[in-house]
Amino acid sequence: MARNVAFDLNHPHMEAGLESPIDEEGVHDSFSQLIAEQSQNGGASDSDAFELQELQRQLDEEERDNVAFLSGPGREFQGRRQRDAEWEDADTQAVPLIGERWSSATLKILSSMPSRTIGRNRGAIISQYYNRTMQLRRRRQSRPAIRDFSHSARPSIRGYGIETDSADAEVSKRDRLVNNLQNLSVSDRIRMLRAMPLNVSEKSELRSLALQKEKHTLSRRIPCCSQLKYYIINGARQGWYSWLSFLHSLHLWQVPLKRVSGRFGSGVLSYFLFLKTLLFFNVFLFLVTGAFMVLPQELHPPEPSAGRPSFTGLELLTGAGYFSDTVMYYGYYCNYTLRKSCRDDGGVHNVSLSNGTMPDCVSKHLSYNMPLAYFFTIGVSSFLTCIILVYSMSKSFGQSFRIDKSHSILAIKTFCSWDFKVIKKSSVKLMSENICTQFKELLAEVSHKQVKNTRCQRLWRLMVHGLAWAICVASTTACVLAIFYCSSYMHKNLQFFLRSGVPVTNPQLNEASLLALPVLVSLINLLLPGLFNLAAWMEDYESPSVRTYVSIGRNLMLKVSVLGVLCYHWLGRVAADPTTIGLKCWETFVGQELYRFLLMDFIFTILDTLFGEFLWRLFSEKVLKRRRKPVFDIARNVLELIYGQTLAWLGVLFTPVLPAVQILKLLLLFYIKMSSVMMNCQAPRKPYRVSQMTTVFITLLCFPSFLGASVCVTYTMWSITPSSSCGPFRELKTMFQAGKRWVEELEKDNPNLSVLARAHSYLVENPFFLFVGAGIFLIVIYFHSQVVDGQRKIIGLLQEQIENEGDDKKFLITRLQTIHEQKRTPARRLASQNSNC
Amino acid sequence: MGNKQTIFTAQQLDSYQDCTYFTRKEILRLFDRYRDLAPQLVPLDYTCQPDVKLPYELIGSMPELKDNPFRQRIAEVFSDDGEGNMTLDDFLDMFSVMSEMAPRDLKAYYAFKIYDFNNDDFLCKSDLEKTLNKLTRNELTEDEVRMVCEKVIDESDLDNDGRLSLEDFQTMIVRAPDFLSTFHIRI
Repeated sequence: MARNVAFDLNHPHMEAGLESPIDEEGVHDSFSQLIAEQSQNGGASDSDAFELQELQRQLDEEERDNVAFLSGPGREFQGRRQRDAEWEDADTQAVPLIGERWSSATLKILSSMPSRTIGRNRGAIISQYYNRTMQLRRRRQSRPAIRDFSHSARPSIRGYGIETDSADAEVSKRDRLVNNLQNLSVSDRIRMLRAMPLNVSEKSELRSLALQKEKHTLSRRIPCCSQLKYYIINGARQGWYSWLSFLHSLHLWQVPLKRVSGRFGSGVLSYFLFLKTLLFFNVFLFLVTGAFMVLPQELHPPEPSAGRPSFTGLELLTGAGYFSDTVMYYGYYCNYTLRKSCRDDGGVHNVSLSNGTMPDCVSKHLSYNMPLAYFFTIGVSSFLTCIILVYSMSKSFGQSFRIDKSHSILAIKTFCSWDFKVIKKSSVKLMSENICTQFKELLAEVSHKQVKNTRCQRLWRLMVHGLAWAICVASTTACVLAIFYCSSYMHKNLQFFLRSGVPVTNPQLNEASLLALPVLVSLINLLLPGLFNLAAWMEDYESPSVRTYVSIGRNLMLKVSVLGVLCYHWLGRVAADPTTIGLKCWETFVGQELYRFLLMDFIFTILDTLFGEFLWRLFSEKVLKRRRKPVFDIARNVLELIYGQTLAWLGVLFTPVLPAVQILKLLLLFYIKMSSVMMNCQAPRKPYRVSQMTTVFITLLCFPSFLGASVCVTYTMWSITPSSSCGPFRELKTMFQAGKRWVEELEKDNPNLSVLARAHSYLVENPFFLFVGAGIFLIVIYFHSQVVDGQRKIIGLLQEQIENEGDDKKFLITRLQTIHEQKRTPARRLASQNSNC
Repeated sequence: MGNKQTIFTAQQLDSYQDCTYFTRKEILRLFDRYRDLAPQLVPLDYTCQPDVKLPYELIGSMPELKDNPFRQRIAEVFSDDGEGNMTLDDFLDMFSVMSEMAPRDLKAYYAFKIYDFNNDDFLCKSDLEKTLNKLTRNELTEDEVRMVCEKVIDESDLDNDGRLSLEDFQTMIVRAPDFLSTFHIRI
């Protein structure tokens, strides 16, 4: 790069000085070609070199160009450098760039530099995409085996097969792009085509050319095993795409979602999209549990127990009574292997011995080990849900994570704040007003520096915050203690009734009294967030995002503590000693409790929608005579959804049909909330950062919600003794032993599998394996973080290199300009001398 | 369902599917929307690729665009002749880029073109002023508009030429995660 190039301005072909020297080939391949193309084509803005000559001829007579002030043109390739750093660098430069006036010729050259023209014309776009497809081909192409080449082949040919492309120098850029497209795989080609910023007709042309060529060229000789791999991978990819397109083509709720987004924008829409996501999770869960647990058990029902209560309406609320002994609950499931008997009276009526002794005429083919199926279904569905959640969380995080520099606030506000989804006229007007207000606020913030709070004011603010937090924490603790004492009171009550032997006078009243705890919890969930809102209003946060996060934090704290105390009550009290309250089957009882909680939550949400939104709007319009409707509180509603989903996940073990109940609830909730929002609410006035909030919500769904539920379920399966008289795991010490028992049976039937049995007992039961597994996992994570660190260092080095290139450019341009000036001044001096004489 | 339609040949549908972010059903639905704007102008048979352009007034009257202050620029950017008169290809292109599946770079490219009112491939001060006035319906005072424009150029102009090039714009968009969700029209 440090060549001494003589700038010969009188040379008729000025563009010789502009051509990229050959040693830049590797990096700037497209640029040199692009320059050549431009100088050949001579497009509208490409005849600068010619113009430069023209200007030169005129410069001897004319005055100094009056060009606009331009500072430091050599700073094109700044990359991500901070502006402050740029100014500092400029000061330390030996060559004074600031205050320099560039001639119009220099400006023209600068503006037609290849890096600036990338977006401009078709040729540039095609060049850019040629490079990208070339890079993609290099990445995708695996090295062909050495044995495929003859012995005399040059070593360089053994490298990438790309060199075997025709290296015809006259082939235009477009044909090369078509060639590259043809050599990509189908999905890569489609992805490249779609992402090109050309119009559809040109893309169709490129595509048809690429496909035409593909028909003509023979396929390369691929060995059979990689062909098989190719088919498998291709088939799997096609299957996945067709599943995705099927899901997308369902167009679930497309019209209502469009109406909501048209009127309220992306913020409120994100709530309904979250609801849709939860619906799909539950549908998946229900399909799995339904297919592997509910359906087999329904087809082979156990003998009905005596004394089954008749159906009264109360069962729909309490889930007990008639529903107790149905496929809804854990207690109904058999603990033996279901076999299809020879007789046609449907079902197996053999005795329920734990090891499943067989009566005489039984077909061996269709047998179904119920306890094992129950255990594995719960395990596998939890595992798959975990994977899907972590995947969507990481994807969402990747899209929305940005180092929040306050540098580009106004620019981002200008270009990214208009929500193109909003189509209703009044909402558009409202959005314009909101944006205008936000601009005014931002301008006020930016132009007037923050007034430093005095010490007294800061202390006052600290006190207010402390007071608000104290109120919130105190109220949460009070409510949690209330739930704790209420539940222990009910527990003691039941124990008392059992011990005293008082006959049950009104079983229905007893059942209805079981609803007391769910009603209390739902009431707390309804009222306490209102208190938190009041506290936040008192605190008066300046930044709306801080306010949202604080509100989410407080609500989360409330719900986590409530669920914690409830889990302690069920798993710690009820499950530990079920006989003292007269329960033969504590799992069914817990399942019924969860059903009741879910249902009460739904009922109270409807009540809240009715009172909070509908009646409040009527009240504020008629009585308070205000025009403003209530605002839809997105964060609070999403947290309600997450709470309901946690209950559903907790309950799958005890109530396999609970996902179906949750599906019904979500469907009804969608329509109720949709109509309520359209009728009663208005769009939020504060700016709402959709992608950040969506990431936060899905993280909350994954971490406290799913993790907590799976920890509880794992604890139940690992440590708690199942009931001895009901359910698929009766007479086992823990539910976990179902797997162990199955392996023992396998070993008994087939002694050859003893190795497997021993391996199983070592792997699963020995905690050493878990430690080793966790250790390996941690080591893998550590390696990945080191790779990321290394990549970060490379990014730093590349940025330095870009800065150096920028400095080189500055140097060259200033030299060009000084020589230009030198050339001009003697000419002027000569001209003035001539005129003086 | 798939082979019963007679509007397009199979190759045309495949080609549209590969070049836009829409599936077959969506392309047919979009064709119906296009045709509904002017049933007498748009033929039902596109196998011979008729040259039909709908004038801007019809495009701008679609409910999705009717109240959008940038509708004229959107139509101009995606139309072939630059006046807003769109063929079916332009129509599909427009909604494909504005759909939720389009990647950020593609959207940023077209957003840049939309906000470039004078078509000089740079966002200069006058472009920014026009953008702001359209965003706020002329409710900001001239001083405020001027201040905002200066600050925007200050913040995002990396090569210090007093205007934003495509690169500056894309670098700024990378820092805005909400761009993908706001630059989206549901059709």
